[in-house]
Amino acid sequence: MAIITYRQAIKDALAEELERDENVFIMGEEVAEYNGAYKVTEGLWKRFGDKRVVDAPISEAGFIGLGIGASLLGLRPVIEMMFFSFVYVAWDQAVNNASSMRYMSGGLMNCPLVIRGPANGGTNVGATHSHTPENLIANFPGLKVVVPATPADAKGLMKSAIRDNDPVYVMESTVLYGNEGEVPDEEEFLVPIGKADVKREGSDLSIIAHGRSVLESLKAAEKLKKDYNIDVEVVDLRSIRPLDEETIIKSVKKTNRALLVEENKPFCGVDAQVSHLIQRRAFDYLDGPIHRLSAVDAPAIYSPPIEKIQLPDADVITREVLEMLQVKA
Amino acid sequence: MSKAPAAKKRSRSGSTKKTKSSESDLFAFADAGVNQKMTVEEKLSCFTEMVRIRKFEQAALQAYQKGRMGGFLHLYIGQEATAIGTISVTGENDHIITAYRDHGHALAVGMNMNECMAELYGKYTGCSKGKGGSMHFFAPDKRFWGGHGIVGGQTPLGLGLAYALKYKGIEGCCLCYLGDGAVNQGPFHESLNIAGLWDVPIIYVIENNGYSMGTSQKRSSAHPDEGLAARAEGYKIDWDRINGSNLYEVRAKTAAAVARAHKESRPTVLEVMTYRYYGHSIADANHHRYRTKEEIRHYQETKDPINVWKNILIEEGHLTEEKAKEIDAEAKAEAKESIRFAEESPFPPAFELLTDVYHSVDNPGTHTNEGKIFFNDRLPFETR
Repeated sequence: MAIITYRQAIKDALAEELERDENVFIMGEEVAEYNGAYKVTEGLWKRFGDKRVVDAPISEAGFIGLGIGASLLGLRPVIEMMFFSFVYVAWDQAVNNASSMRYMSGGLMNCPLVIRGPANGGTNVGATHSHTPENLIANFPGLKVVVPATPADAKGLMKSAIRDNDPVYVMESTVLYGNEGEVPDEEEFLVPIGKADVKREGSDLSIIAHGRSVLESLKAAEKLKKDYNIDVEVVDLRSIRPLDEETIIKSVKKTNRALLVEENKPFCGVDAQVSHLIQRRAFDYLDGPIHRLSAVDAPAIYSPPIEKIQLPDADVITREVLEMLQVKA
Repeated sequence: MSKAPAAKKRSRSGSTKKTKSSESDLFAFADAGVNQKMTVEEKLSCFTEMVRIRKFEQAALQAYQKGRMGGFLHLYIGQEATAIGTISVTGENDHIITAYRDHGHALAVGMNMNECMAELYGKYTGCSKGKGGSMHFFAPDKRFWGGHGIVGGQTPLGLGLAYALKYKGIEGCCLCYLGDGAVNQGPFHESLNIAGLWDVPIIYVIENNGYSMGTSQKRSSAHPDEGLAARAEGYKIDWDRINGSNLYEVRAKTAAAVARAHKESRPTVLEVMTYRYYGHSIADANHHRYRTKEEIRHYQETKDPINVWKNILIEEGHLTEEKAKEIDAEAKAEAKESIRFAEESPFPPAFELLTDVYHSVDNPGTHTNEGKIFFNDRLPFETR
């Protein structure tokens, strides 16, 4: 297994799929000659040329719609959002057209489309650039959304997304691009969409998280073990829709306690749905109420030290677990 | 505001030269190559197809008024020469996409009345199994990609269809229709920019019926004196304006755009001047408030595309009033039969609510997918 960055893992996935299938092409702002605003597509234009890696004008509705239309004729566009916050200017294309066309045609067509890019706060770019719309996308039947936290998952999920015959949104994180991790070497390394991953086994409490919150939860789990001898299980959802309900329920039935952590805002956030699922299917197994940690419920603040407080981190997660287990800090 | 200076003669498009007018001369475009080549059968077929659209919609209107269908019903009556004229000059690698006033295009590409009427009724035998309704007819096997409800929302999709043809090295194009109300939507302008920038073989056909719902063009659109299509110049795209009452003119100018797309991979914007006799939709009960009965009657008496074509064919000796009446009666009978078919067809079973949402669900084993994808705790029907 090679140790590579999250960024490199995505780049490798893109390169392998471009190589494997001539119907795959990448389109987005600055993805080609500029090498990608976050260097995820660095070198791909030079290697694959103008046809396969395409710089688009700043016209998200135009080129997302183009991608949907092209996918109807069997192409597999991978559309980059420089920030996922920019998808809002293309909302009609991204959610209305992408989610409805198969249905409205009675199954006569499908859209094998990937829309990918970073969706995260925590980088001091203000409210308009810090959205995490995985909950919004997941609200549309017809769309799929995955949120990888590690380099291996980023690569495996990206490859699965490109091969999928439905529209898949892959939400990355600029904060994670530089993280390193082990990634299997084989070319056919695929992570199934809709399969959660238990990132840490434990028996005292289940933390269910996605995206960067998984890493903060793992940090908290180490501290809880070391300082308090508490064994926390960390379940990484990886995929939001479809959702691995069985892994969630299995973990909660084992530990009898659930803490849900995400960088989404609380109202109708992903964990609102997860919380409902747990109470519905594991109510009798719970030893206490489900707790949630989300972003503080306000637009993303700019001020760098305060923005840190806005998003749940390992310290906050640790405190929450101690409170749930009624252990004095 | 001072009057705009007279438009300069343009080399890229014939639209401002005004050398020919089918308004004063019905045969002004009869000698265009694509029209010269027309056989008598093809000429009669265009007549029959326009009549079929009208009879289909008249039957649908009656059924709608009897409460046999729900939702909206946007009628195409008055605009028939646009769909028939443009689509009649397309070939096997040309694709079609339109907005919500889509019945005419659907019949023009060869969809049958039964599947269309059943779709209006929300029946299982409809072209979309009753899942789309009036605004969402599809027939990918006939290269017809809908049927789109959001004003202007189809314009980037058409761009993508044309882009895919170019990507695959296929000599074809996409005809993407939109109304005059859609020209002010952002995605249309984004699409024009990309089409002009990347030489995408797309033809945008603006069907200008004068009203974006209840708001006249004058009250909704700022544009050059030459019309809405002239906005294309801002994107260095060829454009032309068409008298939508005259099938010869529609065909001649569309054929030029198709040739440009096929040979030069260049886009075109066409503006077809046309008129709808009914409201924006049948729910538009106020359509006599924003226009007069006289205005409607004037179009029906002098510019009706079916009458104009009928007169041309009679003058050319290919059609008689009697034969026209026969064609009319046959189309009426076909439409009546489609009503019977729709009435007698079943509604979709409730389990169909959850099919055709995801390809992966409909085709198990073809994806690396797991997990829960629909989230109802309990369904209000038996699952299969």
